[in-house]
Amino acid sequence: MDFELNEIQQMLSRTVADFAGKESPVERSRRLRDDETGWETAIWKQMGELGWLAVPFAEELGGMGGGFIDSALIVEQLGRTLVPEPYVPSVVLAGTCLAQAGTESQQAEFLQPMLAGDTSLAVALSEPANRYNPTWFETAASESGGSWTLSGRKTWVLNGHAANHILVAAATPGGPGLFVVQPGQDGVTVDPFKTIDGRRAAHIELNNVAVSADHVIGTPGEDTQGLLELLGDYGAAAAVAEGVGVIQVMLDMTVEYLKTREQFGVKIGSFQALQHRAVDMFVETQLLRSASTAAMIKADDPDPVERRRAVSTAKLQLGTGGAFVSRQAIQLHGGIGVTDEHDIGLFFKRHHVLSVLFGDQEWHAARFADQPEFIPS
Amino acid sequence: MDLSFSEQDEAFREEVKSWIQSAMPPEIKEKAAAGGNFAMEEVMQWHKILYEKGWAAPNWPEEHGGPGFSATERFIFSEEMALAGTPPMSPFGLAMVGPLIQRFGTDEQKERFLPKILSGEEVWCQGYSEPNAGSDLASLRTSAVDDGDHFIVNGQKTWTTYAQYADWIFCLVRTNGDGKKQEGISFLLIDMTTDGVEAVPMLTLGHTPAFCDTYFENARVPKENLLGPLDGGWTLAKALLGHERTAVGAVAPSYAALNKLKRIAAYTANGTGATLAETPSWKQRIARIEMRLRAHQMVVYKALAEQAAGRIPGPETSILKLVGTTIQQEIDELTMEAMGLNSLTWFNDGKDVPPLEEWIGSRFCYNRATTIYAGSNEIQRNILAKMVLGLPSS
Repeated sequence: MDFELNEIQQMLSRTVADFAGKESPVERSRRLRDDETGWETAIWKQMGELGWLAVPFAEELGGMGGGFIDSALIVEQLGRTLVPEPYVPSVVLAGTCLAQAGTESQQAEFLQPMLAGDTSLAVALSEPANRYNPTWFETAASESGGSWTLSGRKTWVLNGHAANHILVAAATPGGPGLFVVQPGQDGVTVDPFKTIDGRRAAHIELNNVAVSADHVIGTPGEDTQGLLELLGDYGAAAAVAEGVGVIQVMLDMTVEYLKTREQFGVKIGSFQALQHRAVDMFVETQLLRSASTAAMIKADDPDPVERRRAVSTAKLQLGTGGAFVSRQAIQLHGGIGVTDEHDIGLFFKRHHVLSVLFGDQEWHAARFADQPEFIPS
Repeated sequence: MDLSFSEQDEAFREEVKSWIQSAMPPEIKEKAAAGGNFAMEEVMQWHKILYEKGWAAPNWPEEHGGPGFSATERFIFSEEMALAGTPPMSPFGLAMVGPLIQRFGTDEQKERFLPKILSGEEVWCQGYSEPNAGSDLASLRTSAVDDGDHFIVNGQKTWTTYAQYADWIFCLVRTNGDGKKQEGISFLLIDMTTDGVEAVPMLTLGHTPAFCDTYFENARVPKENLLGPLDGGWTLAKALLGHERTAVGAVAPSYAALNKLKRIAAYTANGTGATLAETPSWKQRIARIEMRLRAHQMVVYKALAEQAAGRIPGPETSILKLVGTTIQQEIDELTMEAMGLNSLTWFNDGKDVPPLEEWIGSRFCYNRATTIYAGSNEIQRNILAKMVLGLPSS
């Protein structure tokens, strides 16, 4: 057993933290709330040049040969200053699809330019009726004469408003399939909107959209089903990793505030009621951090049951313990915590988004309970 | 990063697991499966079986008769014992005063006391708390007054767990009333058969005779039974606190309790023709506590990995106790709730509870102690606030 990051991982974490602190402090994410894209191509390009967008992919694909854990470490550091670039949708979700199931020409056309930071990607999973299930779709794809036609409505497509290519998950008679769609294509309507945390996403309407056979990722059916399940877990584990960054900062800011704010002639951190609250926040943060570590590692476990258990455990903790920290951080800041001017509220909102994306606590508790042999009969 | 145990460690786990099953006498095995409460003679019977195997004191160095386990092996050993539900070893000799004698004792003290602690020939108890010195332990008043070759001890200790069965008690006593209250305390080893020493048992909430009041009236204790320096007892008490803390996380006992809860859920009717195990709301509640236990287990493993790497875990290990004990209590609560009306019988007096489940009510009552003993959870929070978060004193 070893909980230490290796040297490369430690260096990666440090480099990302330095970059985020210098190039994308919290003020930047505050400013970008008013931007139509919500993130900037110049920073994305820099991330590409630093090699971060290529981290989890095999070297023969132009990647750095890392695993999910290495992307998760990047995401955790990006969470600390609320960096808004679309790392998770583009690299962790779409990149994984192309790297695992794409043909060589698909990888050359869609993956490689993204690794360099020249393009960004999105995966359309959610729909009005599938809640958080990444493999259940009403959007349908039918085949005729070697090409496909897609119709349906995808919602909450992360980076859907800015992506150069969108990977759409849809039902086919043989099981779910993944299809590459261009935003400007006939029959595709991209409807961008602003989210509670000041970022952007899009709903996407597909109306008899034609997709040629060479734009189908992998083979519809069992393999794509497995890939989409993995994507759901990657998404959830990445949300937890980012949540660790967010929650740690909220705890640190709160403890700092308790040490400096004075009332009744003393630092309020000397009051035992507040000390104990702060300790409970620390405890929940430690549980979140440990659960996140397990999820990062088990996300690539060959046994999907072990993977689901570890990821759901961590996602539940983000939704319960993480929420406790985030709510109490506002509470202990008092009135200033409820102003838009103070940064703590930006973290509060980001945590809330992360706790819902890829399944909320209820979803993950139910999924954990539904694993085989949960209660032996 | 790697979350798995090594192949060697897994082989060790198998060895321990199969040995436990072959070594437990049938009556103990039956009670172990039920999670029953063991009488002192059963505890000592198991102690002797472990002693013969050479495993009675897993955390002792080999020179004093320990088995030479690594930190990870010690953890696995205690985990397997808890999962099997074996009688819990009395910690006062093996885990508490034994290591202190090894570290602070004279050669004579080591020779006199250690072999009998190891063999189980002498049973120990702990005299720390007093009626007016609980969380504020340093304000203790039991006095030891110099009388030539002896100390004369007067006072009252309380919560002296199983003192009625003990041959010896280790006590924190006041030897100096001047200066800081922590600096006038000494660590004294007292023979329970000494004139003027009396242990009076009382029942716990779980109706087990675990607690005692222990009274000292002009008890004469030879000076050679002072452990460590005169007025230096507080240092010894603190050294004990820094001892291995991963066990306080109680991960394995909680998994054992969780498995029992699941077993109950699998046969308990939900009132509409199915079992609790088939009821989504029940499944989810059980899942939530299991998931919290898994997250906690990772925190414990992290502390264990620190120990295995030879680093002494810091004050942040207080969180192991804080979280581990509340999880234990939550599982107890959920188990009682799952049993419904059957949870209301007292030691199965109504004959309606399966024999395996008859200790649950008592356990539920007694386990309220887990968040109180060994430094209440509020004291743990004080420690974390000050030592880890660096919050100012009031």
